[in-house]
Amino acid sequence: MSQYIIKRLLLLPLLLVIFSIFAFVIIQAPPGDFVTTYIADLAASGSSIDQAQIDALRDRYGLDQPMYVQYYKWMSRIVTGDLGFSLDWQKPIKELIGERIMLTIMLGLFTFAFTWALAVPIGIISAVKQYSFLDYSFTVFNYFGVATPTFMTALILMWIAFSKFGVSVTGLFSPEYIDAPWSIERVQDLLRHMWLPMVILGLDGTARLARIMRANLLDELNKPYVEMARAKGMSEWRLVLKYPVRLAINPLVSTIGWYLPLIFSGSVIVATVLNLPTIGPMLLRSLISQDMFLAGSIVMIYLFLAVIGTLISDILLAWLDPRIRMD
Amino acid sequence: MSVSPELNPSVPPPEVDPPPYDIEDVSVAPLIPDEDDVQSIYVAPNWKLIWWRFKKHKLAVFSTVVVLMIATVAMFPGFFSTQDPNESDAKELFIPPQRLHFFDDGSLKLYVYAVDGVRNPETLRMEWQTNYEEKIYLQLFARGYPYEVLGLIETEIHLFGLADPESDETFHFLGTDRLGRDQWSRLIYGTRTSLSIGLVAVIISTILGIILGGLSGYYGGTLDMIIQRLIELLQSLPAIPIWLALTAAMPRDWSVEQTYFAITIILALIGWTTLAREVRSRFLSLREEDYVVAAKLSGAKEARVVFRHMMPTMYSHIIASVTLAIPVMIISETFLSFLGLGLRPPAISWGVLLQEAQNLQSIALAPWLLIPGLAVVITVLTMNLMGDGLRDASDPYSH
Repeated sequence: MSQYIIKRLLLLPLLLVIFSIFAFVIIQAPPGDFVTTYIADLAASGSSIDQAQIDALRDRYGLDQPMYVQYYKWMSRIVTGDLGFSLDWQKPIKELIGERIMLTIMLGLFTFAFTWALAVPIGIISAVKQYSFLDYSFTVFNYFGVATPTFMTALILMWIAFSKFGVSVTGLFSPEYIDAPWSIERVQDLLRHMWLPMVILGLDGTARLARIMRANLLDELNKPYVEMARAKGMSEWRLVLKYPVRLAINPLVSTIGWYLPLIFSGSVIVATVLNLPTIGPMLLRSLISQDMFLAGSIVMIYLFLAVIGTLISDILLAWLDPRIRMD
Repeated sequence: MSVSPELNPSVPPPEVDPPPYDIEDVSVAPLIPDEDDVQSIYVAPNWKLIWWRFKKHKLAVFSTVVVLMIATVAMFPGFFSTQDPNESDAKELFIPPQRLHFFDDGSLKLYVYAVDGVRNPETLRMEWQTNYEEKIYLQLFARGYPYEVLGLIETEIHLFGLADPESDETFHFLGTDRLGRDQWSRLIYGTRTSLSIGLVAVIISTILGIILGGLSGYYGGTLDMIIQRLIELLQSLPAIPIWLALTAAMPRDWSVEQTYFAITIILALIGWTTLAREVRSRFLSLREEDYVVAAKLSGAKEARVVFRHMMPTMYSHIIASVTLAIPVMIISETFLSFLGLGLRPPAISWGVLLQEAQNLQSIALAPWLLIPGLAVVITVLTMNLMGDGLRDASDPYSH
């Protein structure tokens, strides 16, 4: 067991290096670089820049060196914790993404809690009262949930909130709290705004999870020990919750690790639509303007989360299911 | 004394052997179209059995009908649309949908009510009111703008059109957008693009998956290990940031066809891994089967062994997984184009149409711009149901 974990942990840095090369190559792939975009922006707004300044910019940001040199410089800075300087925002990247990462993680955790809090009871009820009206309505909800893209849900809920309730639900803060320092009121404001993105992101995962929970629990409920417990006189709900549910939940627990990267990437779309100050929209903008340090750092973070998530998932799976260890 | 028919030599033996067990126990018995012909299940080829099992699921059959209808619209977009999808008209911005009415004073006539535009003096926005006095008459199979069927035959006939083709009235079943373009026609043309991207991307990824998975499973050893590592690598990449990065890497001055092609490749490159894994595990177990060994010993070349003997077991599974993969690709393309990174105007796809509805202002002004999203949901839902039905019908272990 510990051997398995050690093996995976050793592979971690190698995986990260491969992924970072991948990320860097992709970011660099568009022809031209940040300076060309900058020049285009300047030209569009009517000003211009002369060749000497262009050369100076290139030299300053090290953009005219061969790719592997740039990559090496970038990696060596990341390893020491310096994420670099954003060309687009003209600020150190650490400062830029610091607060956004925290909001992204908060949103992710809230969504995760919401999804599980909703999906497990729905799955249990669907299984215990199979083929009832409740079960069928949950099934229909599940099918629609899987078929509707997340951004559609976001747009529709946004429209409903606006037209029926007159509430404008963009952003994570009310205007007065956007740049304010942290305080209790700011946290309360955040929580007030957080519910819509949380619901949107969570509904998708809820549908899937509830379905799996239902299938697992149905398998368990047909086993002899459940009949035995009933015969012995245990009350129905107590016996369901105490034994089959715990067994049915096991496979789900091992998928927790996958959720981290999924929630963070899934939030990109919702964050763009709802204009949330999280990492997603920043990634989008940096990709379009070819701000390669920022884009590279954010993609690296996503990749890192994905690898960690996979690792957690595999470890949980190995811990819960002895068959996997005999690899 | 009477002897039972089986022992009485003068009674001819029954012409048909009785089935070895009670026919009621066989799960496919209720499926046989002709109840008297019970023998047919024993001689029916596999695809017939699958077809009978599929017919049992009414929901899957209904979904297939819907999918076929959508596919028909996608193949003949010109016929179903009413106006040139790229034609913008500055006098007709944000017209709400005009409902089609069928009965005019008792007789069957198609018409829509005209709309009058009044410019609001405060917001300077045009506001449209339905004019119940004025009716614009339509007819079926009317003449309209010229287009080409399947790119070959030029014609002017559309399903819906003005009763009087010379008049310069316009009608919009689904309203117009901020440039005055007819949303109904744009939706129809968008169907063609979105569906074809999904189909082509899935075909490419299926071919990739079968080849790499097959090679991996059949040869094993080092090749298998390399391909497996590659699959693991690709599967642990978070899809969305990679898609964003790849599509942002597309130069912005590429033509519509080039971006279309590039998006297809990008979507396919991430999607082949699941099928490859399944093909590989099937092949690994099939390699040791008696009939494969027998084929090899009889001198069959490797290609023949793979395609004639091993592949047929995977056909039904492949069909089911292709049908389930198409909606995934459709959603992916829609969301990429929605973000502005996939197809871009003047290309028309559902994602591009939804991009117009990206912010609160647009939705508040013109909620009908969200209708392409409904198209996505219906298409994905019906294709998923159809794929589920196919998968259940072809899976030998679920009965």
